[in-house]
Amino acid sequence: MNATQASAPLGGSAPNAVGSVGVAYLLHLADNAVVLGQRNAEWCGHGPILEEDIALANVSLDHIGQARLLYQLAAARMGGGASEDSLAYFRDETAFRNYTLLELPHHGPLVGYAASDRDYAVTIVRNFFYGALMVLVWDALTRSADADLAAIAAKSLKEARYHLHHAADWVVRLGDGTDESHARAQAAVDHLFRYTEEFWLPSPAETEAVASGAGVDVASLRAAWDALVDETLAEATLRRPAVRGYVPEGKLGRHSEHLGYLLGEMQGLARAHPGATW
Amino acid sequence: MNTPALKEWPLWEVFVRSKQGLEHKHCGSLHAADAAQALHMARDVYTRRQEGVSIWVVPSAAITASNPDDKGELFDPAADKIYRHPTFYAIPDEVGHM
Repeated sequence: MNATQASAPLGGSAPNAVGSVGVAYLLHLADNAVVLGQRNAEWCGHGPILEEDIALANVSLDHIGQARLLYQLAAARMGGGASEDSLAYFRDETAFRNYTLLELPHHGPLVGYAASDRDYAVTIVRNFFYGALMVLVWDALTRSADADLAAIAAKSLKEARYHLHHAADWVVRLGDGTDESHARAQAAVDHLFRYTEEFWLPSPAETEAVASGAGVDVASLRAAWDALVDETLAEATLRRPAVRGYVPEGKLGRHSEHLGYLLGEMQGLARAHPGATW
Repeated sequence: MNTPALKEWPLWEVFVRSKQGLEHKHCGSLHAADAAQALHMARDVYTRRQEGVSIWVVPSAAITASNPDDKGELFDPAADKIYRHPTFYAIPDEVGHM
């Protein structure tokens, strides 16, 4: 890792001009996309059925595409030799600003890491919670004063709508399915819901972006997210758990133990052969 | 949970209309639990490379197919009726391309 790569921003460091979001805000959005894209890509070749395997791989590729656009924009604004690759592959886990929800494995707590332990209900419920958020975030960001970000938002909004549709459809099928699929879907909701608390507490990067007129005030999206989630959970005959006050801090760079392994797999090749092209 | 879960999902035939095409063309089949899911699956499996702007899905069981064993009696009699192709007419120049 060279000096440029090591000095990648840790959040809120670069002051941003009025009408444009800061690099830390872009990295938050990009890290969300790349981490969930990488996590969901684990299912590629292991999906429950061929058609769904392809569908989820498509969702992953959408997320990785979003991450590329956001990293490219962040790198252009950072200068100093930063690139989409240096931001994705040469930052360590404490530099990542993704929601903790997105780095968690595809299973509930106290389960092993084997591929056979992956639970599709966890995958789907996570995609549903995040998809419901991002439909609202991207929609708001299409009206951002930051024209570059607004353009990315317009493209991403269409993708996010499909992701939400896909996930919500499966939440209903699993929740209102068999006894076993219902039990697994409810367990996934109970496990993951607490991690959504992180959506609503603004980070310094988000507060700064809102002040510049180019970011979205996440607290303003909460009622709409609640309505989206409650409607689908009700249709799925699933119960929304009471939140117990835990607020994860992934977007502040304080992660679960799971992110390091995910990045290890994602970054290993690029770090073993820096600058390689193929 | 009024209906028991299916062990195997039924098969669907997928028809896609391309941007330039006027008609939907058969492009393959897939498994899905119901029609709405089949449409989603078809989008993900058969339109990933911008192949289409419209999708139809039809339950494979709804298609009545001709029996391959009947191929001779059904289709061979047409082989020597070449006059059914209107290729023997001289087209006046004024008509132009047809």
